[in-house]
Amino acid sequence: MKPDLRFELLDKDAPRVTVRFAGQAYDVPEGANLAAALLAAGVDAFRQTAHRGVGRAPFCMMGACFDCLVEVDGVSRQACLMQVAPGLDIRPARQLREGPYAAR
Amino acid sequence: MPRADLTIIGAGPAGMAAAAEAAGAGLNVLLLDEQPTPGGQVYRNVDEAAARRGKILGRDFTRGRALTGALNHPRITHVAQASVWSVEGTNVAYTAPDGAREVVSDHVLIATGALERAMPMPGWTLPGVMTAGAAQIMLKQSGIAVREAVLVGSGPLLYLVAVQLLRAGCPPRALVETQTRGDMRHALTHWRAALRGWRYLQRGAAMLNELRNAGVRRHVGARDLALLGSRRVEAVHFSCGGDLHELPAETVLLHHGVVPNVQATRALGLAHRWAPRQHAFVPVLDRWGLGAQPGIWGAGDGAGIGGARVAELSGRIAGLGIAHEMGALSEAERDRRAAPLLSARAVEMSIRPFLDRAFPPYAAALVPADAVTVCRCEEVSAGEIRRAAEQGCAGPNQAKAFTRAGMGRCQGRFCGLSVTGILAEMQGRDPGEIGYFRARPPLRPVTLGEVAALHDPDDPLVQAGPHG
Repeated sequence: MKPDLRFELLDKDAPRVTVRFAGQAYDVPEGANLAAALLAAGVDAFRQTAHRGVGRAPFCMMGACFDCLVEVDGVSRQACLMQVAPGLDIRPARQLREGPYAAR
Repeated sequence: MPRADLTIIGAGPAGMAAAAEAAGAGLNVLLLDEQPTPGGQVYRNVDEAAARRGKILGRDFTRGRALTGALNHPRITHVAQASVWSVEGTNVAYTAPDGAREVVSDHVLIATGALERAMPMPGWTLPGVMTAGAAQIMLKQSGIAVREAVLVGSGPLLYLVAVQLLRAGCPPRALVETQTRGDMRHALTHWRAALRGWRYLQRGAAMLNELRNAGVRRHVGARDLALLGSRRVEAVHFSCGGDLHELPAETVLLHHGVVPNVQATRALGLAHRWAPRQHAFVPVLDRWGLGAQPGIWGAGDGAGIGGARVAELSGRIAGLGIAHEMGALSEAERDRRAAPLLSARAVEMSIRPFLDRAFPPYAAALVPADAVTVCRCEEVSAGEIRRAAEQGCAGPNQAKAFTRAGMGRCQGRFCGLSVTGILAEMQGRDPGEIGYFRARPPLRPVTLGEVAALHDPDDPLVQAGPHG
């Protein structure tokens, strides 16, 4: 199944705006939940884990699991607690590969 | 510092009902909530979603509008997108869109609801796997439906989400259910409870009927579950009735019950007890919701799982209790108003023993196999917890220090009960004796700027400081 066929957008008339994720442009519904909008736009992995370096995507959608962590304006934020706004420049959350992770 | 008579954390059914009840009795209420609109998870975005998608989401959802409507009261201040990161006594610190704030109140009501019970199994951290609740939230808040979902686990929410996806034009590919027919037989020994909750049973039967008519396949009594895939989930593997199955899946929705979110009540140092039927810890509160600390109250699923209606009733009951403590209601008036609420709550709760027995958690996810990741944040496996236990690690807090399980950004919200469960299994003790992770503020990650913003330059203690 093509990534954008994994989800059905019920509000087809919602106005769309462009945001960037990891440098790539996505057309997403304005005001939508950012995590949901990126998932539906076909983003598979929101970040790489610190230890094993594997991809993660939104899991709980209610601000508890932190798997949707991204970076906006240099601050790490939970995408599921944000809304789509025009021009958002989103990066996957930066990995920390030093400190406790270096030893494992 | 701003003050309120009552600060409520969480604008779900419990928080909203408590706010309305307390404000109605004359209290000034501050209602803090993380989401852009009130409703909690169960009534997420209800004002907009009920109008746009009421038929898909059903009447049990749209009725939440009565609660959000009641927030329109001059003595209720609802702060949206407010993230609470510290509760120390009745001082609450939070960050709202306009910055960090601290509020002091006479009473604090913790109404932070439930979390979905973690369901650790091979592959559950792969992209494409999320909770059933997450899919429902996408539907409620954003009007986005998962296509061709495979729902895995047990419980009424599994059926509800399946039916809602079906009505949204996206029939699920299959339900892979972990409860057995034997569980239902055991549950029927609670037939009196089941009869008192006949409305729920009737609704459950209607949902199953809807799924059957749509041709949605159900596999009941599934075991040996594993989610397969390399970069994202590709298939669900399980055995059922002696046969091995491998269903292709792009999106897998996990659910096997919900558990109280105890981060705030734990951080406050309230006592918690192990509730064996719920397989979870619940804070110890009196029947009004008052904890063993002055001014600290709890209501809703965070105080013990009861569902949306119980949460609403508990919120009202706590609101009356707080109004009485503040001197706004006489004892007689409080009791008169609370009597019908207390008995309605008892009736609503009476179905629980039946539901808990009919849809128990998936046993293999309570004490996962060694290779399974338990702590999603720090990527710690069940085997690493067991090795720590063999090396003499006695409790969850030591396991945290040994393995880093629970030290990640979610602060143990999703691995806490797994770590307790594994240690209980290893030591042959009751989970209640093993205990749980200690929780401390900040309850969520917070920037130094947010902490510094609380600094009051006119505070005499600050001026007396060496660098003042």
